[in-house]
Amino acid sequence: MEYLGQYKAVYKAKSGCEDILAKAQDGGIVTSMFAYALETGIIDGAIVAGPGSEPYKPEPMIATTVEELFASRGTKYSVSPNLALIKEATRSYGLDKIGIVGTPCQIQAVRKGQLYPVGLRDVPDKIVLALGIFCMENFPYQGLFQMVEDHCATKIENVTKMDIGKGKFSVYTERGVNSQIPLKVTHKYEQPGCHVCLDYVANMADISTGSVGTPDGWSTVFVRSAAGEAAFNKAVEAGWIIAESMDGVKPGLELVEKLATEKITKNQKYLEHRAHKDHAALKPLRNPYI
Amino acid sequence: MGLLDKLKGLLFGNEAVSEGKQDAKPGAKPADAKVEQKPIITKPKEEKPVADKITVGHVHMSGCTGCLVSLADNYEGLLTILDKYADLVYCLTLADVRHIPKMDVALVEGSVCINDECSMEEILETRENAAIVVALGGCACYGNTTRFCRGGQQNQPQHEGYLPIGDLIKVDVYIPACAPTPQQIRNVCLMAYLLLKGNDEQKALATAYLTPLMNLAAAGTEACGCDLMTEVINQGLCCGCGSCAAACPVRAVTMQYGKPQIERDLCIKCGACYAQCPRSFFSFDVCGQYESITNLIAEVMKP
Repeated sequence: MEYLGQYKAVYKAKSGCEDILAKAQDGGIVTSMFAYALETGIIDGAIVAGPGSEPYKPEPMIATTVEELFASRGTKYSVSPNLALIKEATRSYGLDKIGIVGTPCQIQAVRKGQLYPVGLRDVPDKIVLALGIFCMENFPYQGLFQMVEDHCATKIENVTKMDIGKGKFSVYTERGVNSQIPLKVTHKYEQPGCHVCLDYVANMADISTGSVGTPDGWSTVFVRSAAGEAAFNKAVEAGWIIAESMDGVKPGLELVEKLATEKITKNQKYLEHRAHKDHAALKPLRNPYI
Repeated sequence: MGLLDKLKGLLFGNEAVSEGKQDAKPGAKPADAKVEQKPIITKPKEEKPVADKITVGHVHMSGCTGCLVSLADNYEGLLTILDKYADLVYCLTLADVRHIPKMDVALVEGSVCINDECSMEEILETRENAAIVVALGGCACYGNTTRFCRGGQQNQPQHEGYLPIGDLIKVDVYIPACAPTPQQIRNVCLMAYLLLKGNDEQKALATAYLTPLMNLAAAGTEACGCDLMTEVINQGLCCGCGSCAAACPVRAVTMQYGKPQIERDLCIKCGACYAQCPRSFFSFDVCGQYESITNLIAEVMKP
């Protein structure tokens, strides 16, 4: 289980709130956790991927109310530089307790920022809830646009939901599933930086969640840190989240581990390839990991 | 580094301060608070706790004192550090010592004016007297705004050549950014303490923590927002997290379509963006332990 990181508990979970579930990607865990944390004062603001100027182009935003939070529901398969607002949240917004959601690389950036706050004055102790989402790879907006408009032949403004699962990239419109393409086709549009990533389930988050491993409408949730455990248990107790045991759930942790192993071993190989050890004439590319 | 040296250092020009101390009532003025730090390293407490402390000095080259202010912005945390872990043996603003003494860690702020003989002597003296030299802040690491100096300013118009300290002496650790953050300076001070005085486990942690900052020092004395392009994006490493944009003190970095866009005319060359980037360096060993390290720092910083 080394690729799944350390965790105190793992659950099959979904939101206890119908409103959230109606527009959720899967179990609505991130929205529910932040809504509960905002309502109870665990956090006083959350940095989330809000709607941008173009359809399905995420733009990081700081939600200080549940209404603002709701505007950011659902997955946008493109890069939202949430860390860019981390100092803004503490300085301009004056927040003392920040929640942030991010992909595994972004959660790594959060932890590096807390331990090496080179340019993040007064930020480290203000991040109280870092929620990580499972991530295989991400797409620059232009890449996503091409996938939807060219490959799926769908106007991006008509799209009501996008989803990646069961080896397919699916685009939904008002009429239901409009178009599906095999994930293989999307690979060339992936962000290059994703190919050196060695984390699939946000091992350094307080809580990490994603659809893989649990049936439709549910999410797999890893509760990792003491802060994450406290917040999650309270949210369950208050009814914001419904959590059940992962025992016997199909496809279960086996699939999560399989995908994590796939991603990480593939990327480790790529990192080795970048070292150009087999090519005397090529200089190595830079390896960020020490 | 014996107690004797420290006492000697304290004796130089200390009379005025100790006299003042006797007169002074415990007041609320900040000026009084500074004077009160003195007793921490004089007689009564000298016996035991001091023996385990490291000695730290702040060497002021051509900088704006912002780095020192940042160190002081640890507020009561600074008092905890001075109380338990480090003696401030040299600091023109906070300690009455005129010549650079022997010390464990020298925090050097500012770049070196090579047209100024005194500065050239002092940077050499710093290297000779300090076991670990830390370049504190953008100017000492990379030149920062002093890179743009072209002389002609009163009252020393002939001062026009400024170099990051690493161009003149060997530097062990970098703390980039303008200004470096109080928390980053605190972490380096604590890790230096663990490195020099801790048990084996603590030494290993401190080494792991400081290694990336030592690598930065070894990597050179040039920094620019362009590093995000040349060292991260060009190398196919950018994950679009936005850390660089948050770290930039002059808002020269914005995120456009998930990638940093650098307004190069605004960049002051402080090195914060690149050092903050999770793809400049990332240690799973250190960052994977964020919870225990954060708890450790909170624990040791208790007054």
